[in-house]
Amino acid sequence: MADALLSIRDLAVSFQGREAGGSRPLRGVDLEVGPGEVHALVGESGSGKTLTATCVLGLLPVPPARIEAGSIRFQGRELLGLAERERRKLRGRRIGMVFQEPSKYLNPSMRVGEQIVEALILHLGLSRRGARARAAELLELVGLPGGRQILRRYPHELSGGMRQRVMIAMAVSCEPALLIADEPTTALDVTLQRQILRLLLELRDRLGMAVLFVSHDLAVVHGISERVSVIYCGKIVESGSRERVFGRPLHPYTQALLASVPEASRRGTRLAAIPGTVPDAAHVPAGCAFHPRCPLAVEKCRLEVPALLDYAAGPPGRAPAGGEAGASSHLAACHLAGRS
Amino acid sequence: MVPGDPALVIAGVDATAEDIAAIRARIGTDRPLPAQYLDWLWRVVRFDFGTSLTSGQPVTALIFERFGLTLSLALLGMLISLVVALPIGVVSAVRRWSFWDYLGMGFSQAGMAVPSFWLGILLLLALAVKIPLFPLFGSGSLRHLVLPAVALGIARAAVLLRLTRASMVEELSKEYVITARAKGLTERMVKYKHALRNGLLPVVTIAGIQLGYMLGGAIIIEQVFSLPGLGRLFLFGVYQRDFPLIQGGVVFVAFAFSLINFLVDILYSVLNPRIRVG
Repeated sequence: MADALLSIRDLAVSFQGREAGGSRPLRGVDLEVGPGEVHALVGESGSGKTLTATCVLGLLPVPPARIEAGSIRFQGRELLGLAERERRKLRGRRIGMVFQEPSKYLNPSMRVGEQIVEALILHLGLSRRGARARAAELLELVGLPGGRQILRRYPHELSGGMRQRVMIAMAVSCEPALLIADEPTTALDVTLQRQILRLLLELRDRLGMAVLFVSHDLAVVHGISERVSVIYCGKIVESGSRERVFGRPLHPYTQALLASVPEASRRGTRLAAIPGTVPDAAHVPAGCAFHPRCPLAVEKCRLEVPALLDYAAGPPGRAPAGGEAGASSHLAACHLAGRS
Repeated sequence: MVPGDPALVIAGVDATAEDIAAIRARIGTDRPLPAQYLDWLWRVVRFDFGTSLTSGQPVTALIFERFGLTLSLALLGMLISLVVALPIGVVSAVRRWSFWDYLGMGFSQAGMAVPSFWLGILLLLALAVKIPLFPLFGSGSLRHLVLPAVALGIARAAVLLRLTRASMVEELSKEYVITARAKGLTERMVKYKHALRNGLLPVVTIAGIQLGYMLGGAIIIEQVFSLPGLGRLFLFGVYQRDFPLIQGGVVFVAFAFSLINFLVDILYSVLNPRIRVG
């Protein structure tokens, strides 16, 4: 997609650590998010999904972290190597972020209004008064009627769901082109989850922004996303439209993930679990990182890292230069994909 | 019970046994201890702390006569302590493991290790004897209080500095700091607007407790600088077995300490909205 809003290519990040050589939690991530698209990045804890989001915002702690290779293009502009000043202008302005636990990610000793107003004054140059008026509107927009009163509240005076709405209001305050939502519903109960997801989709439609939705919860992802990318051990293993990835998963890891989702229709049968655990980033297996847990692994899987190829048209055609993901593509990184 | 008898002190070396017995009867120390205690307690609830055995003046008058000096010294010492500790502590936290951090931590270590009487003597030698900027002893003006307040403040600053640093380091690692950065705020705003506000909360509490202690007088500093403060008054009371003075002093110090703590709690609730009620 030449006009991708966000295009991550071959992003590799390492951490210096106690262990010799440190660890490499991102080993070449490829990800494309189109304008206005809801793109889910799915993976288990430790797979590198939050780290990828952190890199996009430019909030990676360097050191101990280091970006070893790759590129992140946003609105046609390369972000890696951009001066901190320039990156700061993007943060909160063009790229908004919603975090997992609003109770921790809001400043406990600052009024909610003050926390929303900051970005409006900084990025849009609004007066304090104008910013407050806008902040009240934003709170109404995210479903908190009577926004003016809420502006005066402190985070601890709000419920969990209200806090997450405040976080969202903050993140979309400058009408960003991309909203990164990192597990925004994990800390909420199921009813609230659904409300927040609906709100995110509504805001996407109204503000025309793309959403990069980071989650480990496949049910939630199925409910919200248009495209899905699955990450394992710091590498994308599968990427495609929601219908393709959920309907005809190509990678054994995706298949295993889907099989481990409890479904009412499979009541009475034993829930499938993936054997083993996610390897830690300092000890990623050679070859395909999933091979020790893969029921189908063959000799080649132990030796060769599989490339991310497009299987949309049937026979594996090599995806040009790091996976140029057309809207209809279905990428997978597996030696056995498309065989059976 | 405390050894020593106020009657012996009052009577002097040449007193006869009858003299001593008479004095004991006059000041009431011949009665059983529980009776003496209840009697004292009964007077205390009517704010009567009795009279000093040595000077014959009311204990309250003696205490309030000297409280002004002790209060000024404590406030000035605390001010100096905060002025030193807060900036250095914050810079140490923000530039952790930098040259400035090591310098600040070194200062803190030294401040804790150096006894305040020695620092006081050093200050006197340097700034009152060699370069006579400040008076050598006595009281009555702000200039008299500067050196003792510095000597007193540095020791407190050493503790507050470490606390400020630790608290700021902790706040800077909290999640809301990431949110502030994700908003595109400058590092200055992230650190000094978002983190500092929370980082200072524990410092306020501890500074308040330190101030409470200082209101009981600073015996050593007062001795070094020959200041007529509460510390020396109470010390004198102990030497002379002046029981009413000691007892009044203990009650006064406890009351001052509680009052300061109460005021700090109120201040704390202003700074920290989470503990505000209603």
